[in-house]
Amino acid sequence: MAEKNTDPDAAVLSQAEIDTEIAAIHAEYRAQRDAGAPVETNARLNFPPYRSSLLRHPTKSLHHADPEDIELHSPAFGHRDVSALESDLTIQHNGEPIGERIIVTGRVIDGDGRAVAGQLVEMWQANAAGRYMHKRDQHPAPLDPNFTGVGRTLTGPDGEYSFTTIKPAPYPWKNHNNAWRSAHIHFSLFGTDFTQRIVTQMYFPGDPIFALDPIYQSITDQAARDRLVATYDHSVSQHEWNTGYRWDIVLSGSNRTWAEQEEEH
Amino acid sequence: MKLTPTPGQTVGPFFGYALPYAGGEALVDRSHPSAVRLHGTVYDGDGVPVPDALLEIWQPDEHGAISRQPGSLHRDGYTFTGWGRAAVDGAGHYSFTTLEPGSTGPEVAPYVLVTIFARGLMDRLFTRAYLPSEPATLERDPLLSSVPAERRHTLLASRESDGSLRFDIHFQGEDETVFLTYPNTPQFTGPVD
Repeated sequence: MAEKNTDPDAAVLSQAEIDTEIAAIHAEYRAQRDAGAPVETNARLNFPPYRSSLLRHPTKSLHHADPEDIELHSPAFGHRDVSALESDLTIQHNGEPIGERIIVTGRVIDGDGRAVAGQLVEMWQANAAGRYMHKRDQHPAPLDPNFTGVGRTLTGPDGEYSFTTIKPAPYPWKNHNNAWRSAHIHFSLFGTDFTQRIVTQMYFPGDPIFALDPIYQSITDQAARDRLVATYDHSVSQHEWNTGYRWDIVLSGSNRTWAEQEEEH
Repeated sequence: MKLTPTPGQTVGPFFGYALPYAGGEALVDRSHPSAVRLHGTVYDGDGVPVPDALLEIWQPDEHGAISRQPGSLHRDGYTFTGWGRAAVDGAGHYSFTTLEPGSTGPEVAPYVLVTIFARGLMDRLFTRAYLPSEPATLERDPLLSSVPAERRHTLLASRESDGSLRFDIHFQGEDETVFLTYPNTPQFTGPVD
């Protein structure tokens, strides 16, 4: 492989060059999968089209560990930690934020289909102009004084969560020349086992930037990529108020046995 | 029923105003008689400190008991919740104030579970920071003994002269940290050495 410029902000490559790299990795993956290799269900840690990953992915195989006590438990969060108001990102300031008001709702379940109840869900996002309330985001789009873009909630008894927010816009970044991220909301999730912990990104259906976005495309399998895309749900939309999206999140299977699980009830 | 898990994605560069919170790094107050500092630097493949990484630790208390108490996000100053979160500073350095964990089992050497997130890191990585212990204790430990001897040191915190515990993380290179994967936790590294 040719020496790569490892400066993640170099922005020297064109979109076409990035597209070619992505297409080659995906084609190789599909060929291997069709020949019987495992179906990939996660992002690849080593995905060169995402330039920041070049020096930050492990080069050795991950070491298989049997989960021990601490890994079979997760920290507890409660109303001491999270206020009910924190799930509405449109009421954190004196005025109304600009943009399309949306509700994003769904369930957090584990790989065995069990609801993950009473657990912390955190989210953060850009505003309706694609700008983050973060000092490192200096691209020339307006900040909204009425929108911070950070929410938290606890899942309900059936694993359900809901956030009221503003639809984020795509934004530019420096991975390559004229690089844009698909519009997304960052999510941070805990399960019943700490090994189920994930941070991920939710996307919106039909985003025209999907094919051009190396972070989204770092998931080589289309079915796995689709799991990050919310669906428009008209039953979540409300008359003259908001449009609605539904996104269910599946954490990996719990490593605990059913018996251990039951003891906690 | 077996469902396919939702993939992870990078935490990105802009988590700093969202995930870190006041007191996240202080599982106990510095004035606690058993308080210990756990700190280190996160390095990339060029050996350059990573200025936009986030770490979480999760651990039992000094007796090996796992806390079931809420309150990590708004600490009351008395309850040990066992979980903390800290972003690295501009020099790639992180620091927690915590208790030295006890062992959770007869053959288990005491350790702090460490989770790493960063811009450029597509999915979280897990590792364990083992306390400096008697060689016999470390040799008996089921995980440590399963790691090739030449990489084992990457899982061991070292005792600094000021009493603190030092645990550096290397994404790549000669001292690449041993990162862990568990049954039912799929992770696809892409090509590896």
